[in-house]
Amino acid sequence: MTAKAEMTRAGALEIVADVLERELVICNIGAPSQELCTIYDRPGNFYMLGSMGQAAAIGLGLALAQPRPVLAIEGDGAVLTSLGTLATIASNPAPNFTLLILDNASYGSTGNQPTHTAGRTDLAAVARACGCERVVECTGEGLAGALAAALRGGAMAVIICKIAPGNRKVPVIGMDPVEIRCRFMEEVRRSTD
Amino acid sequence: MQSRTILRDLEAAGIGFAASVPCKQLAGVIAGLATSPRIRHLPATREDEGMGLCAGAFLGGLRPVMVMQNTGLGVCVNVLATLIQFYRLPLPMLISYRGEVGEAVACQAEMAIHTKPLLAQLHVPTYHFHHPRDVAELPGILAHVFTISKPVAVLMDAGFWRGDQP
Repeated sequence: MTAKAEMTRAGALEIVADVLERELVICNIGAPSQELCTIYDRPGNFYMLGSMGQAAAIGLGLALAQPRPVLAIEGDGAVLTSLGTLATIASNPAPNFTLLILDNASYGSTGNQPTHTAGRTDLAAVARACGCERVVECTGEGLAGALAAALRGGAMAVIICKIAPGNRKVPVIGMDPVEIRCRFMEEVRRSTD
Repeated sequence: MQSRTILRDLEAAGIGFAASVPCKQLAGVIAGLATSPRIRHLPATREDEGMGLCAGAFLGGLRPVMVMQNTGLGVCVNVLATLIQFYRLPLPMLISYRGEVGEAVACQAEMAIHTKPLLAQLHVPTYHFHHPRDVAELPGILAHVFTISKPVAVLMDAGFWRGDQP
């Protein structure tokens, strides 16, 4: 990737919020969930409070279990903890599943320590090598178009969006986990009834 | 026979989704899952990923089951605690209990020693099938999991699998 990244995660999540319609969202632990909850809280958002690296797996399970489109939002650090999941989603492609990796080349929630994507590792190449057929690379500027096309394209897609490190000052999520999941499941049931 | 009974019980319990990491002892169950018309089966690359898949399937309205070997317990401790338990999700875990009497691979005993203490420390209700007839308890256990909405482990050792011909 040679594209210059200036937008931070919160800016990218504002774009995601603008693009979202009826998609169900599984959001990565820590700053990503806290920022999304502040920017655009809705019952169709499932905020992870633990389990780093599992958003893509949860999203795939959800996409296979019901018909509504699903967006899983991961970070580069989280994806690096669970690279095998890219092989699992490639080998079991759900047409209603999109994985968005916001790659700021750092562990944003723990003090912006650099990840290996700051060095030699290219997650788009990893996703392709795992067998993912639709892999789109963009920066914040191209995110709206890439995301809308992926969510409504009728095929499983992986988007790697290069952004700059940095967290917005937002509160931690005050909701109880059982409240998050019951609210989310009610939204899933409402839409599939 | 045990494998066929397990598969029948899973289908009868309304299980609609399975994730697995293989074990020789579970080969019959996994082969059955792969061809079940009622259960969507995904081979997972690791046990924690499998539990993530199961959590997602449950959020989407399917009853999940996790099929794994006890040596994989260590890699999913965090997911068990902070996803399955924290969000109070039901998850039956069918776990081959390697390293018990009858085990041919010495190293398997190393994790067998830690299996029950780990599950106890995690407050995971645990059942141990030691004889082929113990499979009769499975329907009750599966119903129990979805009543209490917790992860529940069923350990199945070499004695249980004796004579299994899927």
